[in-house]
Amino acid sequence: MTTTTETPNAQPAAARKATEKTLTGVQKLPMAKAINLGLRRALERDAKTLLMGEDIGQLGGVFRVTDGLQRDFGADRVVDTPLAESGIVGTAIGLALRGYRPVLEIQFDGFIFPAFDQITTQLSKMHYRSRGRLTLPVVIRVPFGGGIGAVEHHSESPEVLFAHTAGLRVVSPSTPAEAFTMIQQAIASPDPVLFFEPKGRYWEKGEVDLDAPLADPHTPDGLGLDKARVVRSGTDVTLVAHGPTVATALKAAEAAATDGTSVEVVDLRTLSPLDTATIAESVRRTRRCIVIHEAPVLYGTGAEVAARITEECFFHLEAPVLRVGGFHMPYPVAKLEHEYLPGLDRVLDAIDRSLAF
Amino acid sequence: MSPTGPLTDDGLVRLLTHTGERVSHPEYDRYVDHLDDHALLGLLRDMVIVRRFDTEATSLQRQGELALFAQGLGQEAAQVGSGRALAPQDHVFPSYREHGVAHVRGVDLTDVLRLFRGVDHGGWDSAAHRFHLYTLVIGSHTLHATGYAMGVQRDGDVGTGDPTRDTAVITYFGDGATSQGDVNEALVFAAVNNAPVVLFCQNNQWAISEPTTRQARVPLADRGPGFGVPSVRVDGNDVLATYAVTTQALERARSGGGPTFIEAFTYRMGAHTTSDDPSRYRSSAEEEYWRQRDPIDRLGTYLQLRGAVTPEFLAGLEAEGEALGEHIRATVRTMGRPSTASMFEHVYATPHSVVESERAWFERYEASFLDAGEGSHR
Repeated sequence: MTTTTETPNAQPAAARKATEKTLTGVQKLPMAKAINLGLRRALERDAKTLLMGEDIGQLGGVFRVTDGLQRDFGADRVVDTPLAESGIVGTAIGLALRGYRPVLEIQFDGFIFPAFDQITTQLSKMHYRSRGRLTLPVVIRVPFGGGIGAVEHHSESPEVLFAHTAGLRVVSPSTPAEAFTMIQQAIASPDPVLFFEPKGRYWEKGEVDLDAPLADPHTPDGLGLDKARVVRSGTDVTLVAHGPTVATALKAAEAAATDGTSVEVVDLRTLSPLDTATIAESVRRTRRCIVIHEAPVLYGTGAEVAARITEECFFHLEAPVLRVGGFHMPYPVAKLEHEYLPGLDRVLDAIDRSLAF
Repeated sequence: MSPTGPLTDDGLVRLLTHTGERVSHPEYDRYVDHLDDHALLGLLRDMVIVRRFDTEATSLQRQGELALFAQGLGQEAAQVGSGRALAPQDHVFPSYREHGVAHVRGVDLTDVLRLFRGVDHGGWDSAAHRFHLYTLVIGSHTLHATGYAMGVQRDGDVGTGDPTRDTAVITYFGDGATSQGDVNEALVFAAVNNAPVVLFCQNNQWAISEPTTRQARVPLADRGPGFGVPSVRVDGNDVLATYAVTTQALERARSGGGPTFIEAFTYRMGAHTTSDDPSRYRSSAEEEYWRQRDPIDRLGTYLQLRGAVTPEFLAGLEAEGEALGEHIRATVRTMGRPSTASMFEHVYATPHSVVESERAWFERYEASFLDAGEGSHR
């Protein structure tokens, strides 16, 4: 273990450190900064919380989400790891068994697969295998999704692979405010959480209430991670989205409104557990449902939502549940990704198709 | 022609020859010199009891009482010697064949059989015994051990000089696991973090039907130095030698000296599991060669030569084995089927609405049979 507690670049950032520590109230912040501040709160709250990942220390992460945290909390708390994803998750399991709360950064979505075994066969099952004797409070942060013009393996949407695995919680924030709160809730969770950050939205700003109280994990509502949220009310059709596609859905709702169509937007927030009740409540009002995600449509979130809505709201539906998502292909080259991604036009087309029934 | 590469037994630390003669070793004698007749008889007793457990469990599998069993036959010295070197506060991360280590850590061996009978995924309190659950995905637990050791180090429980506080972690894996990425990543993390972990490889020569020569071109112990981890090859059928090298490695870890890789050169005398048929891939001559190097016979002969074995000891050991056999047979046969409801328990530490709704649905479904007057199908 490295025993360094100060990093060489401590001096130039000292003033910024003071600013960050005193930030309160409602601030307009980009999502990357909101997550950074959420991580900072968690590190301050519990000395057993550790950040681990590739390049997260002095560099502050390739997206700078952990910027300044090693400087302020030391290299023992914000740990630059070897470039070995399975090793990062596997050693985090051991640290969690010892009583630590590791928060891991997987550098890019496409690099999570070397750790897939540790996550799905070990991390997800330890509580079950031990009949509840062992808990693994590990958070794995994954910048995911496209739209940033990256090369291959840097724009994947693997979230349903983990939502399909029992024992994991899978969440994705869509706004800076949600990201600030949800990362802290995820770290407080006694269950392992896959935290999918929409990297294409890292730099979009939104208002964040830095004094917002966290849910009490001992209340019936638990950590507050399990609920979908209606982010825009409407009466004609429900758009269901998570992470990066929430903004797309809101843009589509704005555009549809100019044609006189009233669109409701539900932000799933969590894929596991899936909050079917909130979606069903919305669909019973609007009678139409369209699910939007960047991952391929085949066996995707939309398939799950469509099946559940069909089961629960069959007699309320005026149209089949439609899906707008990626195609069944490897993620295309950057110059074509906007054809692949579910953009505004494809969502509006789906709204038209739904209304045509 | 003598074996070469990973099959050579050159350079093995050995304190007992296979004919039971004590041989001196300048570096490792000091780790066993304090073992008196009582302690040595204790090692013999452990090995005999563990072998009895193996025999009983194998029989129970043949009788249909267990779904599967992974024998430890032939590896008793590697497990008992290394296991007895542990301090109470040390923590063990086993693979799935470490019944001998489980025994010396105080795990009721019938709890191990809960896994193989299919009534539990574990069956023992891993924290209480400091003996983690068995891990079936080859090599994955070596990372858990390394992470746990990093936690021990963070807690300041190494290098204090307090023998009741300083803690080491040991992880057991086989020759086949050395081919896995996770074992190599564990070596990387252990080395760069100077983690107090001992990576104990039981080279039992066969990864199901794949021989060691399909895992390596050089002795497996050569893996360690490439990562900056000191390594040692030990005769894995020599309980004194495995005790000595493990004691040294654990002391290094506890004192802050970092990780050690141990290759215990041994032999799996049984099948990989009860579903395996080793006669398809290995020769009877090979098995006979190793039978002559049996770890229990070796220590037994040594103790006979010392005059340490009494008829009373042997009678007591026989009685203890019989009692264990009866205990295992009786306990396994009474292991009931878990309740159906338990299937839904502990998926998550906090409520998960999908699990809750599926549990509720299943309860209604089961109750529907009762409503129809057909009785429970459980």
